Amino acid sequence: MEFFQYLGASTRSSFTKLGRGSYFLVHLLAGISSVLVRPRLLLKQLHSVGVLSFLIISISGLFVGMVLGLQGFYILSRFGAEETLGVMVAASLVRELGPVVTALLFAGRAGSALTAEIGLMKATEQLSGMEMMAIDPIKRIISPRFLAGFLSMPLLAALFSCIGVIGGQLVGTGLLGVDDGAYWSQMQANLDFQKDIINGVIKSIIFGFVTTWIALFEGYDCIPTAEGVSRATTRTVVNSAFSILGLDFILTALMFGDN
Amino acid sequence: MPHNKTQDTLVGLFVASGIASLFFLGLHVSNLSSFSHGKTFEVTARFSNSGGLKVKSAVSAAGVKIGSVKSITFDPKTYESVVKMDIDAQYKTLPDDSSASVFTAGLLGEQYVSLDGGGSDDYLKNGSKIEITNSAIILEKALGQFLFKSAEEKKGGDDKKGSGKK
Repeated sequence: MEFFQYLGASTRSSFTKLGRGSYFLVHLLAGISSVLVRPRLLLKQLHSVGVLSFLIISISGLFVGMVLGLQGFYILSRFGAEETLGVMVAASLVRELGPVVTALLFAGRAGSALTAEIGLMKATEQLSGMEMMAIDPIKRIISPRFLAGFLSMPLLAALFSCIGVIGGQLVGTGLLGVDDGAYWSQMQANLDFQKDIINGVIKSIIFGFVTTWIALFEGYDCIPTAEGVSRATTRTVVNSAFSILGLDFILTALMFGDN
Repeated sequence: MPHNKTQDTLVGLFVASGIASLFFLGLHVSNLSSFSHGKTFEVTARFSNSGGLKVKSAVSAAGVKIGSVKSITFDPKTYESVVKMDIDAQYKTLPDDSSASVFTAGLLGEQYVSLDGGGSDDYLKNGSKIEITNSAIILEKALGQFLFKSAEEKKGGDDKKGSGKK
């Protein structure tokens, strides 16, 4: 009996949370117009969300590309199709790994920082202090951060794919002896701008939206204690990872399912 | 909030590099552009079948890449495939009676045009036409012919056997 009570209560509370989250999202989107009046707020957040994630994204991209080069070569050389290494590396990066791995890293690097920052602001009553001064904390604090995350993600994902392709080329043509011309020409011949690259960018935009939303909401909604902030930070990373991977399946099925 | 110039520069650099990598993906990874590097000259060859040849496929001589395919079009009058190739300007001493063939790199590899030198004293130049061409070998066609031929031979053999018995 207690079990059912627990089940009902947790279901209900998760729906309540989803409702609060949706309300928060609407409020935050409405606040975006006021960010455009103060671009300096956005710039500062672009720095802390985007620029500071730059290094981890580019280094991870390089290594992911290099690993793809090695693994792809191993499989493809069995079928005597080493020339298509470029296609394999670029397609898997642009379509899948670029957006997904970037979003996971982004949730870990920038999302957790956002949650902790806002949670701490709430715990130290800075947010309620702002309200006392008749400043809407959502407009002032949340919306610039959301916009920054939303804008940074596609750029970071493109950077990731780009560096990954170069990493694959370094390993493939430098180390394993795949022909450089074949690497690029096969890639260019088999990847479509509309189908592969634009869809990858769309994916990364959606992931950026969702990850930033989750991070900001968890921070804004946390219990304002040290423990509450730490839990909220954990939840940000876990929930972001779940939603990214789940959404990725749906988006892939929608975008690439018909062939 | 103090006005921080370094921060502005870093954000600018970040956005610029992001957009630059988007361009790189568009131009270099996918097939949006067809810009070529360095000086080239164009030669044309007509094939009765160019097989799986694609734009940007390699053009090679003696196994060395000397250029790339620029365009492939179908000539509705002669029912031939017209392949235009850009050849690197440093290889301007190819004889003008060279022959062009479409080959496949490996069994499943990509197709490329191979130029084999002739004996003429005149050289290929911009706008030249290559007269002697060998079409791509279409695997299905070749297999079909082989099977048909071997079946026919077998049938002929059986007939002979049968008549011998009689």
